[in-house]
Amino acid sequence: MSNLLFDEPGPRARRRIRLATVAGVLVLLALLALAVRQFAANGQLAAERWQPYATWPMWRYLLGGLWSTALAAVVSATLAMAAGLALALGRLSRRRAVRLPSAAYVEAVRTIPALLLVYLVLFALPRYGLDLPLFWKLVVPLAVSNAAAFAEIFRAGIMSVERGQGEAALALGLTQGQSMRLVVLPQAARRVLPSIVSQSVGLLKDTSLGFVVSYAELLYSGKVLANYNGLLIQTYIVVALVYLVVNASLSALARSLDRSVAGRGGPRRRIIRVPR
Amino acid sequence: MSALLDHLPEFWQGLVVTLQMTAASFVGAAAVGLVIVAMRVGPVPVLRAVATVYVETLQNLPLLVLLVLAVFGLPEIGLKAGLTTTAIVVIALYEGAYIAEALRSGVNAISAGQGEAARALGLTFGQSLRHVVLPQALRTVVQPIGNIFIALTMNTSLAAAVGVVELTAAANRVNLLEAQPIPIFVGAGLAYAAVAACAGFVTGRLERRLAVAR
Repeated sequence: MSNLLFDEPGPRARRRIRLATVAGVLVLLALLALAVRQFAANGQLAAERWQPYATWPMWRYLLGGLWSTALAAVVSATLAMAAGLALALGRLSRRRAVRLPSAAYVEAVRTIPALLLVYLVLFALPRYGLDLPLFWKLVVPLAVSNAAAFAEIFRAGIMSVERGQGEAALALGLTQGQSMRLVVLPQAARRVLPSIVSQSVGLLKDTSLGFVVSYAELLYSGKVLANYNGLLIQTYIVVALVYLVVNASLSALARSLDRSVAGRGGPRRRIIRVPR
Repeated sequence: MSALLDHLPEFWQGLVVTLQMTAASFVGAAAVGLVIVAMRVGPVPVLRAVATVYVETLQNLPLLVLLVLAVFGLPEIGLKAGLTTTAIVVIALYEGAYIAEALRSGVNAISAGQGEAARALGLTFGQSLRHVVLPQALRTVVQPIGNIFIALTMNTSLAAAVGVVELTAAANRVNLLEAQPIPIFVGAGLAYAAVAACAGFVTGRLERRLAVAR
């Protein structure tokens, strides 16, 4: 961590830091006390309102939801990555007829909310005789919208490989396709790995749109459970914690990949995640 | 096409709500982001930890989960607020974490000499942040913050899933009446694209105007 903004604290600064620490802790405790008071005053702290989440059947149901979430995330990530790679290669193609449509797709999809795509698949496609199963009603819009994001990641990765690599491959007599496949892509793949993982966290977050589709992933399972047992806030807090644990683990993986890629002489980049 | 034109008032109303939500939650997110980044680059370990936990938590939760928790959960503990207000606050808190991260990367991009010079002049932590570091950090992150703004605009559509009638929900309602999904959803999509294009244009201009020759 940089010490851009402060030096090793002297006696006065240490006193100030102690003061700020005490003030910070007090504010935190006050917020916590307020939360506990609100919960208690409305009877939401009662043991029997939390007890169900210490029992296996509840967790079995929620973990079933988590499994569906993982399934939807993996399938749509696979589709989105394949489409994204094709779009990235298309956008870097020498032929205008390939380059322009790829660029148009990426730019257009980036400015359409995923929920709008979900509504399109939910309500528009059935009118034209295409009524997909629930699972695909969630997966297709997610794949369509994430393909654009993956395309941009792959394109940045391919462009970050030094020109000389591709040129050397061509000089050795490899064809365009071979040089891309054997020389450029393997190097690009290693560099984009951290961004791919962090984009996948975003995609996993997007699967919560199953709430709208009524596909029984984690959030929708939570909704069904909350309607059944009437424990609204408890259920949604448990669901949020499950998402938090899963996504924080994946994010930690992305960070450690990032460090190991950077350690091997890869480019030092600033990853700024865009909210999803 | 007539489905779109007949229901122009509904669309307009939805677009206005979307724009209001976008503006209000972006202002909120900017404020949250500034506070969090100040805590995160500051010298107080407790505040740094709190800011780190805040950013990590909010970046790893789906926005829809937060919206559902706030809209359906909070009334259970006696916290009731208007639907749109709740959505705006949740979106502001969520996007604030992303703005804080963007700002932090901007702060880290500033050379250490700037901070040292500010301290050598006798500026306090707050002063050096306000007069020296943040003005430079903001210039370098115009583009990322523009991207966050566009993503925020898209994210306001999630409020439709908890019952706010903004552009996406308006399009959905009109479609239920008219059953002409293609023109209606394409129309809504174009409206979002127009907002995003405006944001892209403004950030492009801003970036050029604020760029410092180095």
